[in-house]
Parts: sequence; C-alpha cells; structure tokens
Amino acid sequence: MGIISRGFGGRRREPQPGLPPGQYLTHDFPVLSAGPTPRIPLDKWNFSIVTETGEKHSWNWAEFTALPAEEFTVDIHCVTKWSKFGTTWKGVALDTLFEDVESAADYTMAHSYGGYTTNVPLDDLLDGKAWVVYEFDGEPLHPEHGGPARLIVPHLYFWKSAKWVNGLQMLNDDEPGFWETGGYHMYGDPWREQRYQGD
Amino acid sequence: MKNRISWRVATVTAARWETSSARTLVLDVPDWPGHLPGQHIDVRLTAEDGYSAQRSYSIASAWSAEAGSPDAGTVELTVQRLDDGEVSPYLTDVVEPGDRIELRGPVGGWFVWREKQTAPVLLIAGGSGVVPLMSMIRARGLARGRQPFRLIYSVRTPEDAAYADELRRRVREDPGLDVHFVYTRKTPDGWPAPPKRIDVATINSHGWPPDFQPDCYVCGPTAFVETAADILVALGHDPKRVRTERFGGA
Repeated sequence: MGIISRGFGGRRREPQPGLPPGQYLTHDFPVLSAGPTPRIPLDKWNFSIVTETGEKHSWNWAEFTALPAEEFTVDIHCVTKWSKFGTTWKGVALDTLFEDVESAADYTMAHSYGGYTTNVPLDDLLDGKAWVVYEFDGEPLHPEHGGPARLIVPHLYFWKSAKWVNGLQMLNDDEPGFWETGGYHMYGDPWREQRYQGD
Repeated sequence: MKNRISWRVATVTAARWETSSARTLVLDVPDWPGHLPGQHIDVRLTAEDGYSAQRSYSIASAWSAEAGSPDAGTVELTVQRLDDGEVSPYLTDVVEPGDRIELRGPVGGWFVWREKQTAPVLLIAGGSGVVPLMSMIRARGLARGRQPFRLIYSVRTPEDAAYADELRRRVREDPGLDVHFVYTRKTPDGWPAPPKRIDVATINSHGWPPDFQPDCYVCGPTAFVETAADILVALGHDPKRVRTERFGGA
C-alpha cells in the first residue's frame, strides 16, 4: 500500500466488481488516438491476414460483411485508467477469419489505416476472444471510434483493440507496435495492471 | 524506458492557481529521471483505509538537468478541476505544500517535442489541453530553441486562459513565439471579433502553411481535437505530422 494522502477518499465511487486495479468506471466513451482520424471509403476498405510465409487472405467490405457475424457485449479497459462496462459490438470473430489460414507463427501485428500498429499473440485472438467489429450499439462504427472496422480484444488494455484495422501480419517473434515501442507493455493485461514495460 | 517505471513519493513544494479552476502543483521528486515536454505522469492517491485511485496528468514544466536552472529537478502539474471528478478536486482544493503524493513516469514517447526537431511547430490547445503544449513552449525557451513556435489557444473566456501572463511575457521577449487566442463564449474588451469556435480561417491565418512542413500538436477535449486535426488534414498537412492527445470522459 502506498503512502496515505491526507483527506483523500471522500468522493470515491462505489466499489465495482469487474473493475481491474487502478481503473475507474466511465459512462462516456472517451477517444484515444495518436493522430487525425482517418476516413476510409468503404469501396477502398480491405482487411487482410498475411502469414509468416507471405500467404495473403484478403476481404473487401462486401466480402467481410457477408461473413458470419456475432453481436457481443464486453467490458473495455483503457490504459489511461477508464473502463466502460457493457459495450455492445457486432463483427466477425477472428476464429472465422483464421479458418483457412495455415500458420505456425505465434504472434501477430495488427496494422491500421493511418499507420498505427499493435502486437497481440495469436492465442489472444482465437477461441472467441477477439473480433473485427463494424457496429457499436447497433450503429455503424463511427470513425472516431475506429470505423469502418476495428479490432476488439476486450481482455487486454484497449490500445490493443486497433482502430481502423486493415490487417494482421503473422510473426514468428513478438515485436513491439506503436505504443509498445514508446514504453507501454508488450502484452497489456489489465488484471495484472500491465500498463508499462516492466509492470 | 527499459526499466520498470516505479512509483516515487513526491512532495508538493508550492501551489498556485492558473485560473479559478486550474491549479499548478510544484513537486519535488527525488531522483526524477527528467522528462520530455508532452509526457505525462500517473498519480496515485491512497485513502486511510487503503482505497486508492490513479489518474494521468500532463506535465506542465520543462525539465533541465542543469543545477541552478529554475526548472532543475522539479515537476509541475497543472490540474483542471472536474466538478464530478474524484481525484482532480482533491489536487486542486485539498492538497497543500508539504503534502506528499505518489507518482510514476514519465510516460509517453509520441506526443512529445524534442529539441532536435528542426521544423516549425504549431500548437493547438483547447482548454486545459494547453498543459503539455506549455511544457513544449517552456522547453524551447529553456533550450533557447530557434524553431519558430505558434500557439493557437482556444478558451471559453479570457478568465479561463491559463498561463496568460507568462505567455504574454514570452511573446514579448521572444520573436520566435506567437500566441493567438480563440474565445468561444466571451472575448476581452476591445477584441475585434465576436466569440467563435476554432475554424479553418483561424488555423489558416494563425498556423503555418503546410509547405513549411510544421510539426503539429493538438491537445484538448475529443470534439475539439477532432475538429482541429480534421482542419489541418483538409488544409494539406501531412497526417503523420499531426500528433494528437484527446481528453475525454470523466
């Protein structure tokens, strides 16, 4: 336990089961982005998985939205300390996207329009743990929140849920993405409070 | 950044109000490793029963390793009070010099300005988004940087402008720094235009032409940042040179 802050604690919020350490609950939907919001016309949109051997699996918007989709509700946790409970999304499970992908690689790098990258181990994308979504709360996903489509990996800090995602590169070795290069944690488990390198 | 970013106990050595709702805390942090302007720190407060809360705050000060420098070894945070907040009202209204708080950092390597960047700089601040941009202005001053800086600072009223006196002084003393205020609700007496929000004309007139390839930093509430960043891109600025930091939520 840290040092006591004299007189602190009077305005605390109700304890919340489901809130990872160091997080607080918000009902807004804050936005964290490193640059301007890219606008991607749907007829230019594409998503691809490229394996470590260079084999490419690719979907345009029509193909992607024709895939079996799931609606699901999850809690999300941002490394900047806010958490939001019960967010409802619709999109394609990564299990579906990986059905025909042959790969022995254990890691992936998510790539986004605008140049953002973030690394996620393959195991964290499969078995119903991650999706590429295109609806939030029954509406098309707004560009500010990552539309047309973003990755959702709810069990990791939300920077891993790459906005404007356009592909996954399979990697034999784990490599840091955008924030990870800047000192954020390679894995980012909110329940172990893995915010920064060394946490 | 390879080592663990560990918690340190900082002592508040001074505090001052920047506006009626924003207060600067001057912190003495033992063994502070130094920071780059634009970086932030995490603050952790702990109640007597062990309950604790963390928040991130941008650093307002520049940092110098030189002993004798007015900024040597201290870290300043400017905290905007959020009325429904849990941590910010404590930092603005309860903490006094002599109190100790825990913090760790510095954190963040993207929304930063480095002395070695030679491009002109455009800073666009909405409200308390000025804090990390002020750190950049101060760092440039400390380093006697020759890179020309322009700040466009949007506030609701003249009374909401933090650092107003210091900015005026710096502009007077430094031909390489320009500051333009945008007032959204109330202008000062004699201001030539009615209140307005930041728009294309503002950024076109008071920013840099895209040809100059300036490094742009935009910080403020989400809607403000979206607007300003979209305008920069529409004016022809390379999105990769537009760095943003958005405040949102509670």
